[in-house]
Amino acid sequence: MAGLTSGLGREATGAVWRAAPHPVLVVDADGVIEQLNEPARLILPGAAPGVPLAAVAPAWLVEEAGSGPVRGPIGDRVFEARPVRDDDHDGLVWWLTDRTDHERVAEALRAERERTAFLVDASNELLASLNLDRCMEVVARLATRYLADAALVILPLAGRRHPVAYCGPDGRVVREHLAVDPHELPGLAEALQGFPPMPSRWIDPAAAPGWVARQGLGELGSMVVTALPGHGVSAGALVLLRRSGQAGFSEGEEVAARLFSARAGAAMSAARLYAEQASITETLMRELLPPRTRHLDGVELAARYRPSGLSERVGGDFYDLHPAPEEGQESLIVLGDVCGKGLEAAVLTGTIRNTLQALLPMADDHHRVLELLNGALLSGDRSLFVTLVLASARRVGTRVSLRLTGAGHPPPLIVRADGRVEAARTGGTLIGMLETITSTTDTVLLDPGETCVLYTDGITEARGGPLGDEMFGERRLREELAQCAGMPPEALAERVQMLASQWAGDGDHDDMAVIAITAARPARTAGQEGQIP
Amino acid sequence: MTDVAQRNDGLATWTDGLWEAAVAGDEYAATDAALAALDHGVGMETLLIEVVARVQARVGQEWAANRITVAQEHSATAVNERVIAALALHPAARDAARAEPGRGRITVACVDGEWHGLPARLLAEVLRLRGWRVDHLGAQVPTPHLIAHLHRTGPDAVALSSSIATRLPTAHAAITACQATGTPVLVGGAAFGPDGRYARLLGADAWAPDARAAADRLDGDLPAVAPASRHSTDDLPHLDDQEYTLVTRSASRLVRHVMSELEQRVPEMARYTVQQRRHTAEDIAHLVDFLATALYLNDPELFGGFLTWMAGILTARGVPASTLYPALDLLASRLTEFPRATGALAHARAALRASESRATGPA
Repeated sequence: MAGLTSGLGREATGAVWRAAPHPVLVVDADGVIEQLNEPARLILPGAAPGVPLAAVAPAWLVEEAGSGPVRGPIGDRVFEARPVRDDDHDGLVWWLTDRTDHERVAEALRAERERTAFLVDASNELLASLNLDRCMEVVARLATRYLADAALVILPLAGRRHPVAYCGPDGRVVREHLAVDPHELPGLAEALQGFPPMPSRWIDPAAAPGWVARQGLGELGSMVVTALPGHGVSAGALVLLRRSGQAGFSEGEEVAARLFSARAGAAMSAARLYAEQASITETLMRELLPPRTRHLDGVELAARYRPSGLSERVGGDFYDLHPAPEEGQESLIVLGDVCGKGLEAAVLTGTIRNTLQALLPMADDHHRVLELLNGALLSGDRSLFVTLVLASARRVGTRVSLRLTGAGHPPPLIVRADGRVEAARTGGTLIGMLETITSTTDTVLLDPGETCVLYTDGITEARGGPLGDEMFGERRLREELAQCAGMPPEALAERVQMLASQWAGDGDHDDMAVIAITAARPARTAGQEGQIP
Repeated sequence: MTDVAQRNDGLATWTDGLWEAAVAGDEYAATDAALAALDHGVGMETLLIEVVARVQARVGQEWAANRITVAQEHSATAVNERVIAALALHPAARDAARAEPGRGRITVACVDGEWHGLPARLLAEVLRLRGWRVDHLGAQVPTPHLIAHLHRTGPDAVALSSSIATRLPTAHAAITACQATGTPVLVGGAAFGPDGRYARLLGADAWAPDARAAADRLDGDLPAVAPASRHSTDDLPHLDDQEYTLVTRSASRLVRHVMSELEQRVPEMARYTVQQRRHTAEDIAHLVDFLATALYLNDPELFGGFLTWMAGILTARGVPASTLYPALDLLASRLTEFPRATGALAHARAALRASESRATGPA
């Protein structure tokens, strides 16, 4: 390969590098410029053959003695310099490339990637929770982590105070309810109202009240108030705080903050809507949920209920309990199974329970109650029907007398002390279908510890088992109950429910309900009954 | 040392008293025994964890050894539940629960399909004693209900309980779902292994061996939530081979196949009653269930452990454990294309043989 120096003297090659669009400098072993081209002269004023490089070039270029490329600023631009060693006379030829635009693009790309990563993280975290408190915390924490030294999330008034989440530089979130006037902070009232629409607003940090510019934050350099837009209404406001000495917000950061605010607002608004829905559903469902069982005079009671749908808490099975108004009178226990599912079934359940409540004074005559209920359902405009079983229980000495009437429902099973299992001799037509109904009532006496089991067909019709396709069936239920003699009602009801559920496995099943009515065993120790809930 | 010995002796008296009452199904005597222990200065938390929980553990052991019936097992559990309820109403419990307001909120629940509700119930009471606000959702909580509850209440953490290993795949889904809402999950119960190995495998944020340790764990810094970007498949890359899915999907076909082949191989089966036949089918279904769980966790030892446990249950009931070999062979012949299942079956066979020789060999 021809030595560079030998080439430098020649006009032909000299013309090549002299005309190159990049700055080129030839420097000898002592660091003195030997030759340079016009672009080099332009970027290094004063550079000329015979001038030491150190006198005109920045240190990063002069001190470089290695063989790899180096980069650094010259004036307001950034250059990359590649040294080419000249073995013949120990000098260097520097080829410089202007990297300013490249650097700017790379920096913009890096910032953009960071912002995208931030927004993806933010979206993931924000979408995860439908709980408003948690959403506020996440917004404050994310804003502090990526956008500011500290951040506040402020919600519109809840009662007489504003829920606020503050995240300081240490990343800890404090939640509080503050009775503050949003007008103390310019732009906050508008942001909380969501009207009039306005861009994020820069505020003189000196204007910040003490609950915004908190202790431990130091002197504030910049502050911005942004609305968190919800679904059509404002979900709240976000205040970002930066200490003095930190850079203000760049244009890209402002874009990211705006995108973040939109996501945060949508997430908080979704959480708020969810909470509203859930509380409405909860209020409605509370009326429909079965009552807590409790023990009556001499009669112990336990119920277990499992709706079919995974997401449903109220299904087509229902039960109700009407304790005796006075000791010695009958309590009425009702277990029913409404045709259909979901909301419609739940509404019908409510109707039936209300009607039965009104018919309580007639509970002496089960047939009459069923007739009137039948009439009430037939007069409705929907062709819905129900099967049910009525049980009137009364203590007689140490025993319990039960009047049982089924209406299109599986007959109750009686578990005797010796393990015998008997079906109550009751049957009748289902309710809400035919103009006239029939029914027979059975009277059963339970000795202490004996149990009458009411159940819905979701138990016996559970399909599954070890072979996958068998019905649980009444026979299996009776066999299992024969093992349950003497059990407390909670244990017995749970066992039946467990066996049927395990039988069905992960497969579909109908609503399952079980009620166990047990004649109480006398307390062996007197005076402890009050302790038992 | 003397102090400790005396204290333990003292507790043993209460434990025995409660055990006798519980197994007799006598809730009044049981409640008396528990309240008497309180009157004699046994702390409420100690009473729950070292008396009630031990009695409950003994219920399980005695059932396994066939010394009490299913009815007694259930009655004793129901009595224990009533004892806990009575203790919760005791002034000592209410005072303790009032002592630390604004402590924080914890949701306690059993995973779906888990019927052993007592360990979770005990934890709920211990946490209340320590001043937490506790939402106890009870046994077998469907995951969608649990998640809806988390969204509604935003607790500081969820405590999930599972006793039976076959619920672990469901527990995994529940853990992941809770974490996806940003709520850290502490797990406990026998299902997660004595050293909590399955808790780590399934990505739980914390594990505790008992109610006291769980309460201590929650008293310290709350566990950090796993990052939202994690996927449940990250924990269990071996699920890629689909063995778990295929075995689970064909479970009832496997059971039917084993049953019909067994009738030909085991002549005694011809004399089985309907009920014995059903028990056999249920046992085989359990085998397949545990095999599938071992595949899910990629842990053949889980299957081996179950098999030796089952052999013990059968032996206690006069059924020779050797009846399990033909079932293992039949399963193996059906699963030759599944290397992990084949490995687990071979491992279980060896474990069973080892436990048999331990039982029959010199003491």
